[in-house]
Amino acid sequence: MGIDRKDTELLTVTFDKGMPYEWSIGKYGSRFFQEIREHRRFLGIRCPKCKRVLVPPRRICGQCFQELDELVELSDTGTIMAFSVVNYPFIDPATGTQRPIPYTYGYINIDGSDNIFSHIINETDENRIKVGMKVRAVFRQSQEMQGNIQDIKYFEIIR
Amino acid sequence: MARRVAIVGTGQTYHKSHRLDVNGRELINEAVTRALADCELSIADIDAIIIGNMDHFESINYVDTWSVEGSGGYMKPIMKITTGGTTGASVAIAAYYHVASGLFDRVLAIGWEKNSESDTTAAIVTCSDPIWDRFSYSGAIPSLATEASAYMEQYGATQEDAARVTVRERTHALNNPYAQMYNRPVTIKDVMESAMLAYPIKLLDVCPRTDGACAVVFAAEGVAEKIAVKPAWVKSCSVRHTTTWFGDVDYNTGMISLKRASKEAFANAGIKNPVEEIDVAELYLPYSYAGLKWIEAIGFCGPGQGPKFIRDGNTDMGGKLPINPSGGVISTNCIGATALLRVAEASIQVMGKGEARQVPDVKTAMATGFGGCWWSDVVILGKDKPN
Repeated sequence: MGIDRKDTELLTVTFDKGMPYEWSIGKYGSRFFQEIREHRRFLGIRCPKCKRVLVPPRRICGQCFQELDELVELSDTGTIMAFSVVNYPFIDPATGTQRPIPYTYGYINIDGSDNIFSHIINETDENRIKVGMKVRAVFRQSQEMQGNIQDIKYFEIIR
Repeated sequence: MARRVAIVGTGQTYHKSHRLDVNGRELINEAVTRALADCELSIADIDAIIIGNMDHFESINYVDTWSVEGSGGYMKPIMKITTGGTTGASVAIAAYYHVASGLFDRVLAIGWEKNSESDTTAAIVTCSDPIWDRFSYSGAIPSLATEASAYMEQYGATQEDAARVTVRERTHALNNPYAQMYNRPVTIKDVMESAMLAYPIKLLDVCPRTDGACAVVFAAEGVAEKIAVKPAWVKSCSVRHTTTWFGDVDYNTGMISLKRASKEAFANAGIKNPVEEIDVAELYLPYSYAGLKWIEAIGFCGPGQGPKFIRDGNTDMGGKLPINPSGGVISTNCIGATALLRVAEASIQVMGKGEARQVPDVKTAMATGFGGCWWSDVVILGKDKPN
């Protein structure tokens, strides 16, 4: 008898179950989504120290370590600062399934703000999109809004 | 006052895409055993251990305790440090702090990853904010691609310029049997014809997914000289983090964390002209475009001059400032180990143990780590004790 060490098949163990989390958005973040639902516009917050308007609104400016409370109304338009057309498959940890591709990941400077808001842009043809183009947010119908980032469906290029 | 500290030994695995023959602990043990053999110490000589890997990649909690059989940490002080892509440089710097403090004489730093155990992109996506960024974020490649597209727009750099960086890394990997991409050279044409993953990044512009581990032994002045004939002295270390949000980073100002960390590290190491005074650099360049833009942030050349600096051969073996004789991150990327490999490889160059990948007469070497929301670690090593 004895143990055969030569023909060991190398095995793996798989875990593929969902594990829910519940994250607090915070008071300014919650207000941001309410503002989208009620007025279909973005909301920023100004730092009293560096004067930058930051989107999404948050309680603290990381650079200045400063408490913020001056909310600023913004529009629904912005400028593409950088983008990438995502063209390879991967599992979306938010859904547990493959994220639909291709899609365009965009860094957008919302008009009146001083930082970048990341979202998707509904143009996947590299020849029809450029850094510097103006974009407008397309929102869900109000009755379909859920108070999350997908209340903004995507940004579309203003041509 | 901090004590002087040197690296006295290193060990690494032969890096592969899948190491199904070992679990994580056994993989770690291979690197630790080789590091101890390299400096002729036993695990009993080690006073403390620092270990790190990526959160979420293997779904391992408290890797410090989990890894004890592999690391040799039984009944020793052992601490976990995990800082995303910079993890490997952070464990090195933390090991340095431990020894420099005067509390420990011989400290083992370990970085490791079994990328094969999860979907790497899904795991990286969990580093982005779940409320705001996770919906659109798609892992390292597109976030780097956005930087590349802005850089190309700003300076007119081309996809061929970036491909030249991949060619350098994969050519250098011909000299490094530990590299995952050992003996797999590529041409600019190969890079240009590889699949477009996320414009402008193609398959051969980015790092692979790797199973691998690295271990490095740090020792105090007075101890180090007895362990190693030619220890690699730590001249300086710098750490700079940016913001919580990808959107708060100013992509047009360059890699500000790397710029500031390099500036401080050079000043503390007494380096005035980095290109002249640094003999070799092992840089955490996870994709080809970083090999253009980030060397500008370090100060090896001016803004927008990266493509020409690379094209002129300055960073090839035999050039003015060889970068990544190991083949770099584009040839091997076991993420939690990747930045420690940069430190280990830089120390190998100073100690003269580089064999086929050795740069002649290295007096000063630089290593970097890159992580998450555009943050940076810099380590400068030297043949001579720091002042």
